Amino acid sequence: MDNKKKYIFDNPRNIKRLLHFLYGSCALLLALDFVIHRHVIHRWENLWGFYPLYGFVGCVVLVLVATWMRTFLMRPEDYYASEGKADFDEKPSPDDKHNANIGGHDVDD
Amino acid sequence: MWMIEIPPFALFFIGALIAAVTRGTLRSAIMVLIPIASALHLWTVPEGVHLQFAFLDYQLMPYRADKLSLMFGYVFHIAAFIAIIYSLHVRDTMQQVAAMLYAGSGLGAVFAGDLLTLFVFWELLAFTSVFLIWARRTRRSYVAGMRYLIIQVLSGVILLAGALFYAAENGTLAFGFIGLDGIAGWLIFIAFGIKCAFPMAHNWLTDAYPEATVTGTVFLSAFTTKVAVYALARGYPGTELLIYIGAAMTCFPIFFAVIENDLRRVLAYSLINQVGFMVVGIGIGTALAINGAVSHAFNDVIFKGLLFMSMGAVLHMTGRINGSDLGGLYKTMPKTTVLCIVGAASISAFPLFSGFVSKSMVMSAALEEGFDWIWLMLLFASAGVFHHAGIKIPYFAFFAHDSGVRASDPPNNMLLAMLIAAGLCIAIGIYPAALYSLLPYDTGYNPYDATHVLAQTQLLFFSALAFVWLNLRGMYPPELRSTNLDFDWIYRRAFPTALQNMFSVIWKADLALRQAFLIRLDLCLAFLSRRNEGVSGLISRIYPAGSMVMWVAVILATYLFLSFIH
Repeated sequence: MDNKKKYIFDNPRNIKRLLHFLYGSCALLLALDFVIHRHVIHRWENLWGFYPLYGFVGCVVLVLVATWMRTFLMRPEDYYASEGKADFDEKPSPDDKHNANIGGHDVDD
Repeated sequence: MWMIEIPPFALFFIGALIAAVTRGTLRSAIMVLIPIASALHLWTVPEGVHLQFAFLDYQLMPYRADKLSLMFGYVFHIAAFIAIIYSLHVRDTMQQVAAMLYAGSGLGAVFAGDLLTLFVFWELLAFTSVFLIWARRTRRSYVAGMRYLIIQVLSGVILLAGALFYAAENGTLAFGFIGLDGIAGWLIFIAFGIKCAFPMAHNWLTDAYPEATVTGTVFLSAFTTKVAVYALARGYPGTELLIYIGAAMTCFPIFFAVIENDLRRVLAYSLINQVGFMVVGIGIGTALAINGAVSHAFNDVIFKGLLFMSMGAVLHMTGRINGSDLGGLYKTMPKTTVLCIVGAASISAFPLFSGFVSKSMVMSAALEEGFDWIWLMLLFASAGVFHHAGIKIPYFAFFAHDSGVRASDPPNNMLLAMLIAAGLCIAIGIYPAALYSLLPYDTGYNPYDATHVLAQTQLLFFSALAFVWLNLRGMYPPELRSTNLDFDWIYRRAFPTALQNMFSVIWKADLALRQAFLIRLDLCLAFLSRRNEGVSGLISRIYPAGSMVMWVAVILATYLFLSFIH
């Protein structure tokens, strides 16, 4: 959708076009529900618009729940780093030696 | 050279040895040639046990080939070949040797015909792969690698214990169907489960993979979890518990993936999600479901590798991997963008891409066997994987707001590796019959009927619509610099803190106890010496120590003198 060499989405009209293409495709897919005969296994699959609705609602729920999860799961970026550092700094000598080891025999050529 | 008895891992181990003593172009050439030669060799290998010997009372089979192991053998060769091409620019002996050994260990594990051989390669997988993490040479990667190694080795130790119980229970070490009865069954199940990133045992993956080197992660994503999937498929097909574990694995990581900032960690979560589909397939255990699980593992190695390669390319060229720091890269990295989108379409299971032809088998099997709720969870996970791996990864890296970063496409070897992977994703999607012919069972399954194609396309397009709608409404969670707590908080924060507190209490109590004892001792001594001062000056406190030494000398001298005259 974007192999056109340069800066295609700098133009807002191109974004509009892409979105309209998406809306059109969605409408078309929904309409195909009437045309194509399905061989269903589960009765819910027979419900009109089951897959589109499930996909849409599923994703909205996913994002809303994930956003809510941030309220109690999110910590600063250095949440673990600071603790590890304090641990290391308590006994600096083995740590220094270790870092020297890690960086010591590494790259050849 | 072309003897059937040469197990596939041997060539890789020899290759690692040669790579360790050569350098430059010669080493690169050898590393590229090894997987090609080994793959050509493997292609000629028929099914059967090709290597076995007696060890103590047990028959060991280090090399057994059947349809299941050959399938994994083929894809491991493809993965090794692609990843080696991707890492051709790397000049780091440790990483290159470790990568060859790691690929060889993976191959050794899937062709192991007995539990002892499996254990050996199981541990080798851990010890060789950890160097791909440490090769990043940062403190973060060092500690993450340590945690990774501890958990992996733990899994190996449990496997060994399970294997010993198994030998005691059954009198054989042959690795076939194990099942969940007896201690051995459970121990081995747990060992496999840890490596398979079962819920609550999954954090080694999301912790360590994003800390590995750009090229190391590509290797890592291919082997370890797929070996575990293979082992489950051989030992526990049709185990119902796996269906529920797998369904949980498909669902919970996608929530974390949506709010995660590090894009390679997003892929690590989506790796668990994809492995979940395989685990469900193994749990259902019908021919169709096993075929689905195995073929999905095959495809996942390639498209997940492709996604890790594209994000690796971004990290390699920009030095950044957080969604919050990236955006607008399509302008200067168009090739990487297109290749990433191919990988994204494959993992999302768009028709005509590889994910579609394998994932639909697992979904169909779940429906046919009457696991309605599981099917709904898988459907939700399918929409979710499109959301976070299919849209979020390309969107935040290559589009979104322009971050101002202007990096060019990566070196040609990286592009070539991605191109091969992308080509395979599309080829398998368009012509799945080739893949199906390699599968363990012949089910005559056809993914391209109107019902499936329409249902999947509807699901995906409306998921995309949800993304657009949420974004336009401003409800999509922005990428934030953050750490999200996961189960690893238990052993990275809660457990150490609890231990620290416990020990500080113990030390305090210990100190108080010692001091009290010393004071008592002092008092006792003072009391005794005061009493003695009254009785005799000899053992009183004020009597000088020098005089005591003199008296000892006098006694010894007397003794000497007496012994002479005796």
